Amino acid sequence: MITLNHYLALGGLLFCIGLFGALAKRNAVAVLMGIELMLNAVNINLVAFNHFLEPARVTGQIFAIFVIVVAAAEVAVGLALVLNIYRRRLDSNVDDLDWLKW
Amino acid sequence: MPDTTALFFWLLAAIITASALAVVLLKNIVHSALYLVLTFVAAAGLYILLGAEFLAAVQLLVYAGAIAVLIVFAIMLTRRGDIRASNLFNVNYLAAAVVSLALFFIITLATARMSWVAGPGQAPAGNVGAIADAFLGPFAIPFEIAAVLLLVAMVGAILLARGGKQDQ
Repeated sequence: MITLNHYLALGGLLFCIGLFGALAKRNAVAVLMGIELMLNAVNINLVAFNHFLEPARVTGQIFAIFVIVVAAAEVAVGLALVLNIYRRRLDSNVDDLDWLKW
Repeated sequence: MPDTTALFFWLLAAIITASALAVVLLKNIVHSALYLVLTFVAAAGLYILLGAEFLAAVQLLVYAGAIAVLIVFAIMLTRRGDIRASNLFNVNYLAAAVVSLALFFIITLATARMSWVAGPGQAPAGNVGAIADAFLGPFAIPFEIAAVLLLVAMVGAILLARGGKQDQ
């Protein structure tokens, strides 16, 4: 029998894998991919809470749709930033993006 | 019936975990992007298992369709050097691994200690109508704000990717 805790453990595992990717990668696009994994983990948790704790209403799914909307906006602006930086510096390594540090 | 649900859950969980690890650990960023699509598709299967068919369709359209295409485009436009070593770790990957593992143990311990109380009621047969009622009823203002956010993000992405005044 699959309970809510199974889904929460899977969501936590996916979130931590995404966190590791967002923290440990050198390529800016790979960092954005890690953030997408983390947002997916959050969505799985929201839908699982909706299904197991409040099945008569769809509030968790509404929240997940809003998370998807914000993720789409975030990845569009983030990739545009990466493209713009790459055009100026011919580089997408996040370790080199330190012009604000002095 | 619960047996097939459990079977599909473990299958999808294995696919999600393995492909997410492949996204993070592979050295070729194009392979990472393709495994990211596999992760999104398996998550859509999990939504179907949880009775959220509309959300599964949205996940396939937005994540496995639009966001995956955006990421592949960005990879192709920013590719430089050897593609087989295009997705390496930076200097603090050990600290990142320690932090991620510690967070995973904290999350599993915390969720194992919780005792969840299920609310009343049964899931409706088809929830697309319920989602539509919620979006145009109690969630109308967040819905409109989300539309404005998407418009702002679209204009901002076009402006940023166009590169400003120096191109003119």
